[in-house]
Amino acid sequence: MENTNSNNVNSFQKQKNKEEMKKQLITFALMIFLTLIAFGAVISEAMPSMFVVPFILFLAVVQVGFQFYYFMHMKDKGHDMPAVMIYGGIWAALLTLAGLILIVWW
Amino acid sequence: MSHDHSLKPETMPSEPEKATLEGKNKFLGLWFFLGGETVLFASLFGTYLALRNSTAGGPSGEEIFGLELVFIMTMLLLTSSLTSVYAMYHMKNNNYKKMQLWLGITGLLGLGFLSLEIYEFVHYITDYEFTFRSSAFGSAFYTLVGFHGGHVLFGLCWLLTLMIRNAKRGLNLYNAPKFYVFSLYWHFIDVVWVFIFTVVYLMGKVG
Repeated sequence: MENTNSNNVNSFQKQKNKEEMKKQLITFALMIFLTLIAFGAVISEAMPSMFVVPFILFLAVVQVGFQFYYFMHMKDKGHDMPAVMIYGGIWAALLTLAGLILIVWW
Repeated sequence: MSHDHSLKPETMPSEPEKATLEGKNKFLGLWFFLGGETVLFASLFGTYLALRNSTAGGPSGEEIFGLELVFIMTMLLLTSSLTSVYAMYHMKNNNYKKMQLWLGITGLLGLGFLSLEIYEFVHYITDYEFTFRSSAFGSAFYTLVGFHGGHVLFGLCWLLTLMIRNAKRGLNLYNAPKFYVFSLYWHFIDVVWVFIFTVVYLMGKVG
């Protein structure tokens, strides 16, 4: 197969890709920021553990949301089926967790 | 595959990964797989949460976990997630060489992560005699974290195979979905790690 690589994608598309990349970089910066807060909250011991556990769990959920919607493009159109699959997976995951926790802690 | 799917600038679709039916199917198939993986990891997380205090007199997480190492590992994997975004950016601009370069960087960061994880496990086993058999906590810990590490290893093999097999082909509508689907898988590994560093290490330190 002939190798036909060239950098000439039409310039409108190229500009769009560039703007998308900018959003991705902001997403990355936010994710690093959330990670730093989570580690900082635990290392500093500034909060009682009653609060710090839900707090870092919340940060993890937000960070994973960024990962799904930006890095994995779930925010873009044509991602209805992926959303169904992932939310279906998350639903079953929550049931699994609830079931295991129920068995162990009650 | 049919004969000429190679990409020319004037016919380059804006989403080469979904321009063919095969590509669309790969895309949906991988998301379906990730939905299943979510459940798989949830059951491992559930087991870990249930057993994390069952140390049977052996070392507890609070005693052995070192947050410095975990922080470096987190940064490596998070950055490798970004570099694979860069690779897909260059794919959409039909710049095959730069895509390969960024995929290579992604692989190196993943390898760095995996090396640190192996170091971590060796450290636990030799310095603390904390093994898979030490306690229920040990079994749950190594199963959960090791399964994630196994996913990283699988991802690295997948990436290497893709890069070598397609090295001389250039980008085309046949292999663009393969690269894209790999990047989705790689992001998902990072998703799982976010919960591992939170639930296993940070919550382990909080006690």
